[in-house]
Amino acid sequence: MLLNTLYERAVAKGVKIYPEWFVTALCIEEGLCHGVVALDTQNGSLIPVRAKVTFFGTGGYGRVFQQSTNALINTGSGIGMAYTAGAPLKDMEFVQFHPTTLIGTNILMSEACRGEGAYLVNNQGERFMQRYVPTAMELAPRDIVSRCIQTEINEGRGFDHPLGKHVHLDLRHLGAKKILERLPGIRNISIDFLGIDPITDPIPIQPGQHYSMGGIDVNARCASEVRGFYAGGECSCVSVHGANRLGGNSLLETIVFGKLAAQAIDEDMTKSPLPLPDEKPLLRLKDEIEAKIRRLSEPGRGEKAYRIHAELGATMTEKVGVFRTRTELEEALQTLIGLKERYRKVGVSSAVRYMNYELINALEQEYMLEVAHTIILGAILREESRGAHFRLDFKTRNDQDWLKHTIARIGPDGAPAISFKEVVMTRYTPMERKY
Amino acid sequence: MIKASAYTFKILRYDAQDPQSGPRFATYRINVIPGLTVLAVLNRIRDEIDGTLSFRSSCRSAVCGSCGMVINGKIDLACRTQVAAFATDTIILEPLPNFEVIRDLVVDMTPFWRMYEKIQPYLIRKSPVPEKEIPQSEAERLRIDQFVNCILCACCYGACPVLAREPDYVGPAAAAKLERFVLDSRDERPGEALEIVNDERGVWACDTVFRCIDACPKDVRPTDAIVGLRKSILKHRYNMMRGRVNHED
Repeated sequence: MLLNTLYERAVAKGVKIYPEWFVTALCIEEGLCHGVVALDTQNGSLIPVRAKVTFFGTGGYGRVFQQSTNALINTGSGIGMAYTAGAPLKDMEFVQFHPTTLIGTNILMSEACRGEGAYLVNNQGERFMQRYVPTAMELAPRDIVSRCIQTEINEGRGFDHPLGKHVHLDLRHLGAKKILERLPGIRNISIDFLGIDPITDPIPIQPGQHYSMGGIDVNARCASEVRGFYAGGECSCVSVHGANRLGGNSLLETIVFGKLAAQAIDEDMTKSPLPLPDEKPLLRLKDEIEAKIRRLSEPGRGEKAYRIHAELGATMTEKVGVFRTRTELEEALQTLIGLKERYRKVGVSSAVRYMNYELINALEQEYMLEVAHTIILGAILREESRGAHFRLDFKTRNDQDWLKHTIARIGPDGAPAISFKEVVMTRYTPMERKY
Repeated sequence: MIKASAYTFKILRYDAQDPQSGPRFATYRINVIPGLTVLAVLNRIRDEIDGTLSFRSSCRSAVCGSCGMVINGKIDLACRTQVAAFATDTIILEPLPNFEVIRDLVVDMTPFWRMYEKIQPYLIRKSPVPEKEIPQSEAERLRIDQFVNCILCACCYGACPVLAREPDYVGPAAAAKLERFVLDSRDERPGEALEIVNDERGVWACDTVFRCIDACPKDVRPTDAIVGLRKSILKHRYNMMRGRVNHED
């Protein structure tokens, strides 16, 4: 609905859209953004796009995790491009996990189910939420319900299925009439994507990555510290969500901050004209991408991007997921470093550049590894539990030491360097959520 | 029900930049489990067997409309089609008809977007833009409900027999989108705006054989839109003849 309306308004305003262009790199030199280099996937040519203003609305990084409610294209490559080019990222360790995603595809089974009265049931036939949050039961916040479900699964009270371990989201007691009237979408998804009718059978669900709270570090005007580079939506981190987004608040990012970004860009372009971007850095970057694509297409490169993607996703979901510990995070870091090494040997089957999705996947994979690296490092450093970031070895929130943002920048050795930034306090003093 | 542990997938391959090699079917044997979708199989083939296979996909949950194709003769989204949905263990995949193929299952959507843009797919207002939103009653919202559900996947466009013989026909999706705005209580486009579709390449070209309705994965009924637009055009004409142009229509 939003997507359609946005597109329709763009058509109304005569906005030129390049539906088949894929951005491969962002160009930043000496604190100024010069534009992007794009691959025209229809004819295979690389195009440097010089721009005074570049705005990224490239979405979250859900696909860095194996189990994610995000679209397949939500690789976070936009965030990775900004980071690789030198823009800082903020609070990357804050990753939201949604409690109820369909096994196999991890399509979101929305809060509406539990809102209408659905039960969460383990393999003992027990509504297990009564042991954790008897006051709120299934209606407890996302991060808490996710941890409860994960605990049930980890302690052997889940169900097994070739598509994954899970618990049941049971709608049956609501009756056919209510399900058809109030949750028709949920029923259609269950039937189309798993062949299960929630009127007669419980829905197998598991927690899955859902939202990227962290992202490109921008202020309330969606401006990054790089002149001419702006970001909005899930790829950005204004920090309106802190460590834990509330349901529905992603609309705040898309609608409110979309408009604020437009106003800020308008202001910056008219009031104090931005310097003219330079062609040379862009052409240099184009040559770099050209060389990268040529390397990927060389024969005899045995590694495949999909294998790296699969291992990265599994590691992130298992070791950087709902529950985190130093030991597992360190293991994840070692795996990641190994995967980065293996990435250097990645090759694609064909040197053809048009509609070559294997090539696009390989290009995006490099950025996904960078994004994952910043998430893992942030999660290791943050020795506390806050919002969606839950450390089993540091179970409580520690405002004394950790009421601050983590900032990840690409270091001279190519690894992320993490620094800290004060939290801007406005009307409300943050306090711990209590039950 | 799953018919076998391994399925045969036959995929129509073609590269428009290498027409010499001609269209051909490539065959793949894939192990399957219950719950597996056609899109998941396509991804596996590209990853594990043949990196050169081209197809579009994005959301994998039937909302983006990227993966429309012909699956065992029926047009549908690959992501929402279970491999177990057929009475056979062979699945044949072909690109959407009525489009030029770019590569394998990827078609050139340009004509589809051209028609979509032509019908002015946005609210047109004569009244000044209000400070706040324009409210809509539940009944008013219900009138446009089915057309709002369109995800622009072009399954209807591929299924349309009129487009097969008349490539300049506006097509079911664009007509449904126009009707979505004509029926919208907030839209104030004048009756003349319907002239865009008032010819033999517009709504009068439709055979009303309902293939578009069969093909739609989101239960939109483009034929309803086409019939509705025909009525609106006639009504506008009638009012013009009587010298009573009612711009509120």
